[in-house]
Amino acid sequence: MSLVETLARPRTWRLPQADGLIQWIVPLVIVVVWQAASSFGLVPARVLPAPSDVVVAGWKLLQSGDLVRNIWVSFWRASVGFAIGGSIGFAFGLANGLSGLSARLSDTTLQMVRNIPHLALIPLVILWFGIDEQAKLFLVALGVFFPIYLNTLHGIRTVDPQLIEMGRIYGMSNLELFRRVIFPGALPSVFVGVRFALGIMWLTLIVAETIAASSGLGYMAMQAREFMQIDVVVLSILIYALLGKLADSASRLLERLTLSWHPAFQKA
Amino acid sequence: MIEALQFLVAEPRPNSFDVDDTSSERAAPPRPETAALPLDLRGLRKSFGDNDVLRGIDLHIPAGQFVTIVGRSGCGKSTLLRLIAGLEAPSAGQIGFGEDKLPGDVRVMFQEPRLLPWARVLANVEIGLGTERSSPDAKARAEAAMIEVGLDDKRGQWPAVLSGGQKQRVALARALVSRPRVLAFDEPLGALDALTRIAMQRLLEDVWRDQGFTAILVTHDVAEAVALADRVLVIEDGRIAKDLLIDLPRPRQRGSAELAALEGEILRDLLKGSEDAFEL
Ligand SMILES: Nc1ncnc2c1ncn2[C@@H]1O[C@H](COP(=O)(O)OP(=O)(O)O)[C@@H](O)[C@H]1O
Ligand SMILES: [Mg+2]
Repeated sequence: MSLVETLARPRTWRLPQADGLIQWIVPLVIVVVWQAASSFGLVPARVLPAPSDVVVAGWKLLQSGDLVRNIWVSFWRASVGFAIGGSIGFAFGLANGLSGLSARLSDTTLQMVRNIPHLALIPLVILWFGIDEQAKLFLVALGVFFPIYLNTLHGIRTVDPQLIEMGRIYGMSNLELFRRVIFPGALPSVFVGVRFALGIMWLTLIVAETIAASSGLGYMAMQAREFMQIDVVVLSILIYALLGKLADSASRLLERLTLSWHPAFQKA
Repeated sequence: MIEALQFLVAEPRPNSFDVDDTSSERAAPPRPETAALPLDLRGLRKSFGDNDVLRGIDLHIPAGQFVTIVGRSGCGKSTLLRLIAGLEAPSAGQIGFGEDKLPGDVRVMFQEPRLLPWARVLANVEIGLGTERSSPDAKARAEAAMIEVGLDDKRGQWPAVLSGGQKQRVALARALVSRPRVLAFDEPLGALDALTRIAMQRLLEDVWRDQGFTAILVTHDVAEAVALADRVLVIEDGRIAKDLLIDLPRPRQRGSAELAALEGEILRDLLKGSEDAFEL
């Protein structure tokens, strides 16, 4: 998605430092307004605790070790699920993009499965796996699979055929053609898939942990709800937002490093 | 020039010309003795479904000749070039090169530069070495080709930052780096502005005179065709309708009366018998 956005955006001159800071102005203003509203009693603590209360709750959980343990569990589930679903999706995308036979065999089936919302499988998954780790990994992997599959396939199919012909003219072997022409050509689209997949990864994990888990951030939030600890609930939500942002930044960084040839990523 | 041609020495070919001779630079050098290949097209036909594009082309091109091909849009010029380059198989007939050609012997250049956007300029030129691109002197040969097309200072750039003319020069360097014996051009200057075109025409003529390959250039610009060619072919209805030798000294004066007369003759020929809408 970022690549498309970056391409669409006209290149304008801007202060590099200000650019890094400017994005934090709005969140900061929100926190300040929120704190003020809570302190002056405009928002009852029952509805939304003050940011300071959330920080205190976070500090307590940090000291007890619960916070780190739950974040770690969620992070582990997200990464492993992403790795499994992402690599299978990538492999299918490659196979179906490169081989007509493979595409005829599996593409229609995959397109049909794609239309099932993967979260609708939760009851089935609980019957299969209970609330074991496999249940969460399965759901995350399934959710991540499709955006990566579709965008890898699309990326490979839209590689400029003239470049492929050029590679053939200059005697590239199939492997070389893939490594030097097809893969780099498909990469921008693969990254679009990765960024979609990251969003789906967190969403799936939150839902799965909320419904069927005995650890993790989602579970922590559900526990807190039972004990009316609204500050912990808000804390969990904020941590999800932060982790989502981190994952997104990591993929942007990777994109910038690998697509440095792309006009959209070239510094003036 | 000597420096530019050093890669030629690295791998001598039978009949390859003496490098020292080229120090005489541009001003009317003696045509170097070349390793160019002749072409023999016999009864060449090509159909796509029931569209008979080429209906019997018989043509001999002596080694080292500069041939330009003109004709109406869609008359099969690109098809002919793709057949010569081995990118399509003929429906009938054959193409001979006098001897067995090696992989790097015939090269094509298209209207689009077809550079890999994710490879630096020098790496793009190295691709032109074909299967020899992993040899230890690959880089030196690519650099020499960059000097040849006058783009030595751009070797570390991404293609995206180059102008259209510069991209075509990189594509030319990539085509030249394997020392082709036949070089086919499919409207390589079609997308360039007028001034860049003229500079590129000079460059094409220069490298052809330096390296002496057999050149086959498809163009829709009749003035370009007569300025560069030893011989102009007009294609019409899938056959060679006109085969005109142009025996004028080089470098030719643009806009000279002789060139203008030839251009007029060919244009009249193209217009004849096709009064209704057509593009050159
Ligand atoms: N791969 C192809 N499949 C079907 N028809 C083709 C193909 N390539 C060219 N043609 C047809 O052959 C004719 C000649 O095309 P082309 O050689 O590109 O013309 P030119 O280069 O002279 O403009 C056109 O009618 C075109 O539609
Ligand atoms: Mg054409």
